[in-house]
Amino acid sequence: MAEPNGNVILEVQDLKKHFPIKRGFLNKVVGQVKAVDGVSFQVPTGTTLGLVGESGCGKTTTSRCILRAISPTGGKVLFHDEKLGVVDVVTADKATLRQLRLNMQLIFQDPFSSLNPRMTLLDIVGEPLIINRVARGRAVEERVAELLARVGLRPEYMRRYPHAFSGGQRQRIGIARALALNPRLVVADEPVSALDVSIQAQTLNLLQDLQAEFNLSYIFVAHDLSVVQHISDNVAVMYVGRLVEYATNEELFFNPKHPYTEALLSSVRRPDPLSKRERIVLEGDVPDPSHPPTGCYFHPRCRYAKDICQSETPPLLEVSPGHMAACHFATELTLQGVG
Amino acid sequence: MSLLSRPAGNKKVPIPVPEEKLKEGTPKEQVFVASQWQLMWWRFRKHHLAILGTSLIAVFYLLAIFCEFLSPYDPNAFERRYTFVPPQAIHFFHEGVWEGPFIYGLERARDPETYLITYQPDTEVRYPVEFFVQGDSYKMWGLLESSRHLFGLSSDVNARGLRIYLLGTDRLGRDMFSRVLYGARISLSIGLIGVFLSFVIGIFMGGISGYFGGMPDLIIQRIIEFLRSIPTIPLWMGLSAALPRDWSSLQRYFAIVLLLSLIGWTGLARVVRGRFLAVREEDYVTAALLQNASEARIILRHMLPSFFSYIIASLTLAIPGMILGETSLSFLGLGLRPPIISWGVLLQEAQNLQTVALAPWLLIPAIFVVIAILSFNFMGDGLRDAADPYKR
Repeated sequence: MAEPNGNVILEVQDLKKHFPIKRGFLNKVVGQVKAVDGVSFQVPTGTTLGLVGESGCGKTTTSRCILRAISPTGGKVLFHDEKLGVVDVVTADKATLRQLRLNMQLIFQDPFSSLNPRMTLLDIVGEPLIINRVARGRAVEERVAELLARVGLRPEYMRRYPHAFSGGQRQRIGIARALALNPRLVVADEPVSALDVSIQAQTLNLLQDLQAEFNLSYIFVAHDLSVVQHISDNVAVMYVGRLVEYATNEELFFNPKHPYTEALLSSVRRPDPLSKRERIVLEGDVPDPSHPPTGCYFHPRCRYAKDICQSETPPLLEVSPGHMAACHFATELTLQGVG
Repeated sequence: MSLLSRPAGNKKVPIPVPEEKLKEGTPKEQVFVASQWQLMWWRFRKHHLAILGTSLIAVFYLLAIFCEFLSPYDPNAFERRYTFVPPQAIHFFHEGVWEGPFIYGLERARDPETYLITYQPDTEVRYPVEFFVQGDSYKMWGLLESSRHLFGLSSDVNARGLRIYLLGTDRLGRDMFSRVLYGARISLSIGLIGVFLSFVIGIFMGGISGYFGGMPDLIIQRIIEFLRSIPTIPLWMGLSAALPRDWSSLQRYFAIVLLLSLIGWTGLARVVRGRFLAVREEDYVTAALLQNASEARIILRHMLPSFFSYIIASLTLAIPGMILGETSLSFLGLGLRPPIISWGVLLQEAQNLQTVALAPWLLIPAIFVVIAILSFNFMGDGLRDAADPYKR
């Protein structure tokens, strides 16, 4: 990975989250689910990192760990704050964490569960302002009106409750709430996967406009590769709690170095009926993260697997400048991208 | 019960839209700005049995609150000449002529074969039923002294020893109607106070269990399981047998309430815990956490409002259990005792073959118990269905 420099807003180093499996009357720990197991990446300021993978691969856990909505088991999440300098989110004390959270916010996947149905838009979007003493009284209303207008909702709607809005509109409310405190980093956890395709495009465009306007950095979690290709500058591919490939958008989509990425890319639908691309259908399921396979986690489903893949875990290594892959044969294989 | 009471297809309507509102100029705006309670009310209103139950409960509690004024006689005043009088009918027409409300006189006779005393209406004499009459003096809520009753016979008729017995009399010649009203006060208040105490214990224990989880949760859940595994009647019997015999009736009343709620809290604690666990996983709670909301704010502003309606519904459904508990305990002679009047005590007095065969009206308190329980259940049903207007 590139050297840390002043333009990086977030560095994740060897992030781990293991959930204990408890059984029996005394809740004895009988195993660990390694939901996130040693993930490292950086987010340069003002860019978008796409985090992709199948469901259950630890994308959401990673995003929650970055914000410390759940406490990571190990590793570092270094946030480059303007006032506080470089702070490790994982070990930050309460006061520091409060400061940090002004600068990093989360957009949720489910636009229904993420808004409290018993509060009006004014209360929902205004709550962060009131809690953090950014504004009071009339000023809250003005700021909420401004935010609603910015995400494309009529400010007159602020007395309404969430049940008055459609999924896409609700997601805009969620975005307005995330932006209320002027954060610098926004973690978007599958923000469009619950929406209709036409609404997806609108929402993605809105996110891109906001990024340009406020110089936001995004971590964009998704399982839909076309969405990720549309919005990301860099892409990280996760498999069973680990990164298997990390590269710039173009590199990853046109020149993948990991067989898993290749398989994922082959599943992207192209609006070209004459395309002769081979569709790679992965056999089997995502391994159970409490009992992962030996060696390379992907070897039981990999069509290029050799003996070494069963016994040795491949490290995440730089294949070409800025392009990392965790495969024993990353330099030898010629894999097919979307081109 | 709930199957009958639910209008077909009600469940599928996520947000009830009142039809009359839709016809107006700004159709949906009213729904869009409607709060949780407004939405709940719109849905509750559709549940006709629940509305009926709620109205009946309101009537019952009004009767109980104003029982001194509404009952024609002192419930403990006995009349030796009028024992086991069957319920008297109020008439309005005498020989086809409107007379206003009146009762016929009572003719007392002895059956020559069985020597049983029987009463026949004496159609020769008529006594008008009057309103706001002077009668036995009482102290309303132990404060206001008065002797005015809603209805009764005029004071000069009273002075001649004649009475009106709407629900008959018992073996000592006490007016059952007055006794049922006074009994309602005790029986219905036991339900309320008992549920309130259970609620305090339940929300506290359930809250700890659900919010903190881990060891406290484990311990509290085992305690609840233990308490619930004991059959209630023997447990009540054991506990009430342990009450000192020389306690005053008031002490005994509170002891019984406490006893009922000591067992009753378990169900509520489970509801509270379950809701806590469910709401804790909602994204809006995480969102509040990430916005630096304090723990108190998250609980009070985000979690409590979302399950408060569920708690009210379960509270309502818990009241009948309390009322039945008191009634069964008193019926078995282990709960309240005379001179306290409760529906259970009244039923206990009716607990013999003679009553069932010769004076079946003494079992009327049972009808009141059934109506009260059903009403609470209907109301609770309606509340439960309306509790979460956002269910998808």
